Amino acid sequence: MNPFTYSHATAVDDAVRDKASHHDAAYIGGGTNLLDLMKENVERPTHLVGLNRLPLATIKNNPEGGLRLGALATNADTAWHPEVEKRYPLLSQAILAGASPQLRNMATNGGNLMQRTRCYYFYDTTTPCNKREPGSGCSAIGGYNRIHAILGTSQSCIATHPSDMCIALAALEAVVRVSGPNGDRTIDFTDFHRLPGNAPHIDNTLRPGELITGLDLPAKGFEKNYSYLKLRDRTSYAFALVSVAAALDLEGNTIKEARLALGGVAHKPWRDTDVEDALKGQPATADTFRKAATQMLQGARGFGSNDFKVELAKRAIVRALKQATEMKQGPSDVFLNSNP
Amino acid sequence: MSQYTNYIGKPTNRVDGPAKVTGAAKYAAEFNVPNLAYGVVVSSPIAKGRIVKVYSKPVLKIAGVLAVFSHENVPNLAWFDRNYKDDVAPGGSPFRPLHEDKIMFNQQPIALVVAETFEVARYAASILEIEYEEEDHETDIELKRAEGFMPGRGKSGWMPPPPPRGKPDKEWKKAAHRIEHEYIHGTQHHNPMELFATTTEYHPDGTITAYDKTQGVYNCQQYISKIFGLSKSEARVVTQYMGGGFGSGLRPQYSLFMSVMAALELKRSVRVSLTRQQMFSFGHRPYTLQYMKLGTNPDGTLAALQHHALHETSRFEEYTENVVNWSGMLYQCDNVKLGYQLAEIDVFTPQDMRAPGAATGSIALEIAMDEMAFEAGLDPVDFRIRNYAETDQNMSKPFSSKRLRDCYHQGASKFGWDRRNPRPRSMREGNMLVGWGMAGGVWDASQKKAAAKASLSGDGKLLVTSATGDIGTGTYTIMTQIAAEYLGLPIEAVTFKLGDTDMPEAPVEGGSWTAASVGTAVKNVCEELGKKLLKQAQKMKGSPLKKATFDEVEFVNGQIRLRLDPNQAVVIRDVLQASGKDKLEAETSATPNLLKQSTHSMHSHNAVFVEVKVDEDLGTIHVTRVVNAVAAGRILNTKTARSQVLGSVVWGISMALMEETVMDHKFGRYMNHNLSEYHIPVNADIHDIQVVFVEEEDEIVNPLGVKGIGEVGLLGVAAAVSNAVFHATGKRVRSLPIYLDKLL
Repeated sequence: MNPFTYSHATAVDDAVRDKASHHDAAYIGGGTNLLDLMKENVERPTHLVGLNRLPLATIKNNPEGGLRLGALATNADTAWHPEVEKRYPLLSQAILAGASPQLRNMATNGGNLMQRTRCYYFYDTTTPCNKREPGSGCSAIGGYNRIHAILGTSQSCIATHPSDMCIALAALEAVVRVSGPNGDRTIDFTDFHRLPGNAPHIDNTLRPGELITGLDLPAKGFEKNYSYLKLRDRTSYAFALVSVAAALDLEGNTIKEARLALGGVAHKPWRDTDVEDALKGQPATADTFRKAATQMLQGARGFGSNDFKVELAKRAIVRALKQATEMKQGPSDVFLNSNP
Repeated sequence: MSQYTNYIGKPTNRVDGPAKVTGAAKYAAEFNVPNLAYGVVVSSPIAKGRIVKVYSKPVLKIAGVLAVFSHENVPNLAWFDRNYKDDVAPGGSPFRPLHEDKIMFNQQPIALVVAETFEVARYAASILEIEYEEEDHETDIELKRAEGFMPGRGKSGWMPPPPPRGKPDKEWKKAAHRIEHEYIHGTQHHNPMELFATTTEYHPDGTITAYDKTQGVYNCQQYISKIFGLSKSEARVVTQYMGGGFGSGLRPQYSLFMSVMAALELKRSVRVSLTRQQMFSFGHRPYTLQYMKLGTNPDGTLAALQHHALHETSRFEEYTENVVNWSGMLYQCDNVKLGYQLAEIDVFTPQDMRAPGAATGSIALEIAMDEMAFEAGLDPVDFRIRNYAETDQNMSKPFSSKRLRDCYHQGASKFGWDRRNPRPRSMREGNMLVGWGMAGGVWDASQKKAAAKASLSGDGKLLVTSATGDIGTGTYTIMTQIAAEYLGLPIEAVTFKLGDTDMPEAPVEGGSWTAASVGTAVKNVCEELGKKLLKQAQKMKGSPLKKATFDEVEFVNGQIRLRLDPNQAVVIRDVLQASGKDKLEAETSATPNLLKQSTHSMHSHNAVFVEVKVDEDLGTIHVTRVVNAVAAGRILNTKTARSQVLGSVVWGISMALMEETVMDHKFGRYMNHNLSEYHIPVNADIHDIQVVFVEEEDEIVNPLGVKGIGEVGLLGVAAAVSNAVFHATGKRVRSLPIYLDKLL
C-alpha cells in the first residue's frame, strides 16, 4: 500500500476541486472496494478525497414522480428504505443479493457503480492484465475464467462488472447525476458503464474529476411484477455467475412492457432493447420466455471455464421471467431468493 | 474409573469461551511487546527459476526501514537438512526460507522487509525490486499420471498400502456386477480464520520468546533451536490460543523462521504476519486422482476391490498420507489391491489437512460403494452391512471396539432412511429434485506419549499444565473436566493451561490423538497427586484413611473417602493445610500401552446421511439435512464433541460443493487466493445437522476409552452429498466440487 494523504470535503464543489488539485487522487465513500484494491497494490492513489461529510445521503421523491437516491446513502439504507421497498422492490432485492450485511452497511450507492471487476488476474499484480496495466495482455483469456464474461467481450478483456444493484438500476432505467470541473450533467444508466473494447482500463463514461452525486429512478418501478435472480457458487457473499433483473408490466397474461438486464455476463449490466421490444404484446408463457432467452444470448461465447454461462443465463432468464409473472415463491425460489 | 462421573461426558461449556469472546484471549499477532519491529514477507511471483538480484538499496533508504533480508544476506545458519526437519516433516529435504537463489514454487517467501511500523514495512515490501530468471515449470498433476512413483520415505504415521490379497484382478473380471471409475478432487487450503503470525520477543539476555501460531510448541522449539543454534532454555515458544489450525499448524510455518531470524539479527523484537494471500503459499490438501474397481457376487458381497491413488508432492519432499489403506479395512473383502503413488510438481509440499488421506480416500471408496450398490440393485446401507468387516483384514487383527453397525442403524433411523425411494429422480418437491445419500468412514484411534504437571495449592485450587494445543477443539475444557473428575474437585477450582514450552512436553495437536494422549497424562498426573494427597491425609491426626490403599479410596466432592464407607472422609483442603505445605505437585507422563494395543486394530467410524435439494433447471444444490452417526469410543464432552462433528459436516459440504484452490498452469500460480473467491459455506448454505454419538466401551485404546473426534466426522460427508445428488438427479459426479454447471 502506498503512502497517501487524506482530506474530507464538506461541499461537492470542494470535493471536485480537491481531487483536481492532486495528481492520482481518488474519491472515497464506503471504501469497501477501494481499500482492498489499495492493499493489493492494484490502485495506488496518492491522495484520497473523503466524501462522507457531503450532504448526499438522502433518499427523497423527485418532482418528476420518481425517487432520488443520494450517492452517499448506503446500500443497506437504500434497500430497506420504505419508498424503495414499496415502489422499486426489484432494486431492494438486487441490493440485498449482493455482498454481506456488513459490506452493505458501509457501501454507498455511488461507490456501488464505481466498484471494479473481481477478475482474479486484475487483483493479482504478478499477472498481466489490460485493465490494470494497459497493453500487458489479458490473462483470463486462455486462463481460469469461470467468473468471466460471455457477452460484449473483446480481445483485450473478458472481465465482468460485479454489481447486483447496477443490474436492477439498468433494468429500471435510472439516471446517474454527476458534478465535475465543468459543471453538472446526467448520464443514462445504460451509457454509464462501457464495454472493454481496446480500452478495458476505462470502466465507465465519467470524465476526469467527475463525482456521482445521485441516482434518479423514473416514476415507473414495476413493483407488481419483478424478480432479481442471482446464481452463484454459494448462497451469500459470492459474486453472480449469472444474475437476471426482470421487470414486467402485465395486462392479464399479456406483456405490455418488459425490462431485462443480466449481471455476471459482461463488462456492464447487459440489456438488449430488441429483446424487450420483442416481448411486448406476447403472452407471459414459458415459450415466450425461452424465445427471449435465446435472443438475449445471441452472440454469446464462452472462454473455457465459463462456457456453461451461456446455457445457465438462458435458464435463469426463463426462471426470472416466470418468477416476475407469477410473483409467488416455489420451493426452490425460497433458496434462490433468500438474500441473506 | 469409578462408576459415577461428575464431569466426564457432560456438555460442559468451553472454559476458554469467556476469554475468547471478551478479547482477553491473545493470539500470536496480538502480543504487543515493547520496541516491536514489523516484518513483511515478499513472495515470489514466479513458480520456478532463480533470483538474479535483490535491489535492496532504494528500499533501505525509506525512513523507518530497518533491514531487507534475502538469500543474499541471510546469516549463516545450520547447514544440514536434519536441522530443518520438524517432528512431522515428510521424507526429503525441507524447504529453507531465504536459503538460496532457487525458486521452487510460486509465492515462495524470498525476502523479508523489516521496519519500525507495519505500514512502512508493507509499503517497502511492495516496491522491493527483484530480478528473476524464469524456468519452465510443471504444475499440472493430471499430466503426470504416467510419472507416479511409490514414495520411499513417508512421514511418521504413514503406512504403505498392504500387499494385495486374494485374486483382485481375476475376481473382479468374474464378478456379477462391476464398476470402474476415476474420482478427482482439487487442491484445498486450510485457511483457518487466524492468519499465520509470529511475534518474537527479544530479551536483553539474548534469549527469545516466540508467540507463534502452531499446533505444536515443542515441534517449533526444536526447529528454531536447531536452525539458530539456541538451547531449549534460550528459545521459548508459546501458543495459548489458536484461531483454527486444521493441520496447517502442524509444521513450523515460515513466519516463525522469519520472525526469529530477524529478531536475532536485529537484537530486537519482531512480528511477522502473513497475509490471506500468503495463506495459499504453503501446505495444502493435495490434488488427488483416484481409481476404483469394485465387483460384487450375486449375493451382494464384495468380490473384489481395487483402489489406486496418485497425488502431488513437491520437488523437495515426499508428502504422504494414507489414502487407500482404509479401503482394505472398512469392508470385508478377500480380493483387494491397493496402490498409492506420488508425482512431483513445482508446488510447495502438501500438508496434513483434517483427516488427511481418509477424507480423500473416502470420497472415492464411498461414491464407488454407492455406485456398486446401485448396479447390484441393493440399498446402500444394506449393501454396507452385508459387507461389514468384523476384523481388520489389512492387519489381520480384531478391532478393539467397533459399533459402525449401530451407526448405520441409528443414523438411518434418525434420518428416516426407510422412507427412501431407491429410484433416482423419484423424489421431488415442486421444481426441486430431492436426493438422499449416505456414506461413512474409518479413522485411526491413536495415542502418543504426553506429559503433564499438576499443582494443588492451599486454597484448594488445582493447576494442570501440558504443552499441548487447543485449536478451537475444546482441549482446555476436556482436560479441565478430566482433572476435576479424577481429583474430585469442583470444576471451578481447576485451571488447565497449555501451549508453552515451559510446560511438560506433549505431541503436536493433531491426528485426533490429543484427548487420548494428553487426557491420559492428565489422568495419570492427577492420580499421582492423589497418591501424594492420600499419603498426607494418612499423616493427619485420627485420619479415617490410615490403612487405606489408593485403590480403596475415591476423590469426590473435594474429599478423599473410602469407597466402601463414604462417610469415612477427609477434606482435600484440610489435608493440604495439615501438611504444612503451600502446595502439592506431581509431574508424570503417559505412554501408550503397546502390549495391550498391538494385538488390536483401533479405529473410530461413522455413517453420514444427507438430503439434498437440487433445482432441476438451474443445478443449484442445497444440503438441507444431515445426520452424522459417530462411534469414537467414549465422548468426554458431548457439547464440544458435537461442535467438532458439526464443523466436520460443514467442511464436508464445502468439499463436496464449493471448495477448491484453482491453479493457472500458465503461471503455476493459485489464482483464487483469497476468501472471496476460495469459497467455503456461509451460514445460508448450512441447514439442519444432527449428530448421533454411538458410544463404545473400549479398554484397549487407552485408559480413558476415548478415540478422538477431530477428524472422523468429516469422513464420507462429501461422498454422501455426491451420492445424494445422484439420487436426486441421476447424474453421478465424480469430480469435486459439484459446481452447479456440472448438473446442467
